[in-house]
Amino acid sequence: MIKKILLAKPGLDGHDVGVKVLAHALKNAGFEVVYTGLRKSIEDIVSRAKKENVDAIGLSILSGTHGILCEKMNDEMLKSKVNVPWIVGGNIPAQDVDALEKNGAQKAFATGTQIETVIEYFKSIKN
Amino acid sequence: MDTKSKSSEEVKKVYVESGIEVKTLYTREDVLKGNPDIDKELPGQFPFTRGIHPLMYRKRPFTIRQYAGFASPEETNERFNFLIKNGQTGLNVAFDLPTQCGLDSDDPRALGEVGRVGMAIDTLDDFEIAFRGIDLDQITVSMTINGSALVMMAMYFALAEKRGYELKNLRGTAQNDILKEFIGRGTWIFPVDKSVKLVVDTIEYCAKNIPKYSPVSVCGYHIRESGANPIQEMAYAFCIAKAYSDETLKRGIDIDEFASRLSYNFDIYGNFFEQIAKFRGGRRLWSKIMREEYCAKKAESSWMRMIAGGGGAGLTKEQPENNIVRTAYYALISALSGTQTMALCTYDEAFTIPTEKAAEIALRTMQIMIHEMGICDTVDPLGGSYYVETLTNEFEEAIKKEMIKVDAWGGIINAVATGKIQEAVSHQAYEREKNVQDGKVLKVGVNCFKDEEEAKTVEFHPYNIEAAQKQIDKLKKIKSEREKDKVKSALDKLKNDAIENNNLMPATIEAVKAYASVGEIISVLKEVYGEYDEPIFF
Repeated sequence: MIKKILLAKPGLDGHDVGVKVLAHALKNAGFEVVYTGLRKSIEDIVSRAKKENVDAIGLSILSGTHGILCEKMNDEMLKSKVNVPWIVGGNIPAQDVDALEKNGAQKAFATGTQIETVIEYFKSIKN
Repeated sequence: MDTKSKSSEEVKKVYVESGIEVKTLYTREDVLKGNPDIDKELPGQFPFTRGIHPLMYRKRPFTIRQYAGFASPEETNERFNFLIKNGQTGLNVAFDLPTQCGLDSDDPRALGEVGRVGMAIDTLDDFEIAFRGIDLDQITVSMTINGSALVMMAMYFALAEKRGYELKNLRGTAQNDILKEFIGRGTWIFPVDKSVKLVVDTIEYCAKNIPKYSPVSVCGYHIRESGANPIQEMAYAFCIAKAYSDETLKRGIDIDEFASRLSYNFDIYGNFFEQIAKFRGGRRLWSKIMREEYCAKKAESSWMRMIAGGGGAGLTKEQPENNIVRTAYYALISALSGTQTMALCTYDEAFTIPTEKAAEIALRTMQIMIHEMGICDTVDPLGGSYYVETLTNEFEEAIKKEMIKVDAWGGIINAVATGKIQEAVSHQAYEREKNVQDGKVLKVGVNCFKDEEEAKTVEFHPYNIEAAQKQIDKLKKIKSEREKDKVKSALDKLKNDAIENNNLMPATIEAVKAYASVGEIISVLKEVYGEYDEPIFF
């Protein structure tokens, strides 16, 4: 099982209840969790992931900018050669899930997803 | 044994979300125990439990003020006019995130966010467009703006002046409650102490120059949305209002010169009677605080004026039409609680920016209540209910106790700066979510009475990428056409005032009149004040 997860808030969106709930739940499930806080650029997030040597990254986006931000994330991950899986969660319409999962995100979890489902996903990642 | 377990089930204990136990039956005894003076309480009289005005809605129903704004100022102006034409009596302006965070539309950090969750504002020119054709005497404008409130207020005042309104009679409200932004919502910019200084600048400036304007609407709303229970929602909001008042008093302004212009923004979702009691009990407590602790003499100074509605956190993505029903109950709660202004979340708001249809349903929900239900016929119709009055008494006491806890943390400014409140609230959010997911707190359509088939989705408000580009082009044009020297000297003056710790409102007004942009003004202040470093808790 992987150990360390970076949770991040890219863009300008200030909704952080969900990401903090998830951070708390992942910590309780035995993961080491690093949370970036609000309003980080994709560059900041990827370099933090590198510095902290995390095993996976989760982005939380509720302002509707997931398309643009995830495209940037995909580019930045490739550019920086950070080879860990990343996922995105938040206010994501069902019709956007496929596109996100085809363009770099391992998973796109819309609001309403059970916390347990996300924990299970992280547990399923092989080191 | 069977009989025993059955009977213990029959008298199962029930608690409201805040933890107060609910009895199976209330009588006059219960009410009198908590408040022997209950029969003397009248609306429009201290301590205002039954309402701040003697006639309440018989004189004038609450103001309907739906939150609106998206894309460019042009499109927002259209939606404003649509809402006004349909009977809305006030505006509640939504700004996009770059504007709220003090960034211009052409800032790289604003990519994809321009005009998305609200209207994009860069310069005074945008304000001129957004309020075109709207009589600022007839329609009061409330602005949901915090981190960059100083600039948006300056633009509003500059616009009003330009259009010939007398500032001493200008009404309106800015949300401008930065302390709650650190707890929830997150559009902070500067460190906590500097942020509070800016809020106090606006209170001082308005007290002296625009006395009918409400410079701050203290928000329990977002604190509750972030995980606080109803007692904490009220207690933290009161602590915040006290903190702004204390800082304003330090500038030598009398409490009666500004207290009546402070207002509140509260959240409604969850237990029906608990919400009503929190408002009635809170209103009584606030008036006592103002009169007894702050020695306010004017009756208006001790009014807990509020906008109450919402309540985003109560709405669900599952079975979205159910949200129409939920918000109708929230509206009823709000009216039965004696609100001054009401706004409802729309049924599609868990997904998207409200569509015109959804905005109209929310508006009609309130109108049906006013015009068909007799809700405005008499004042405080629940006054005298044994249950409501008892719970009101219990809430007054509980809020008072919670405020003492904040004092023990070194006061609200310290509790926010150290992250104490954020930590407490976010732990509760976790517990609540867990209880929903475990089925201990029931949400219809979410963890019970679920639909078998695929969840229904709603129509999405599209993101207008052309409007965003147009906004960026317009900003470029304005920057090239304005008088550069005038902008520079206005920004220099602002910086100097910030360094010398002067009130920044006059210099900000001069800067916006010179068409300095939001991003330019906020950047100057960042140079002097630095930025907030968020403490991390989860």
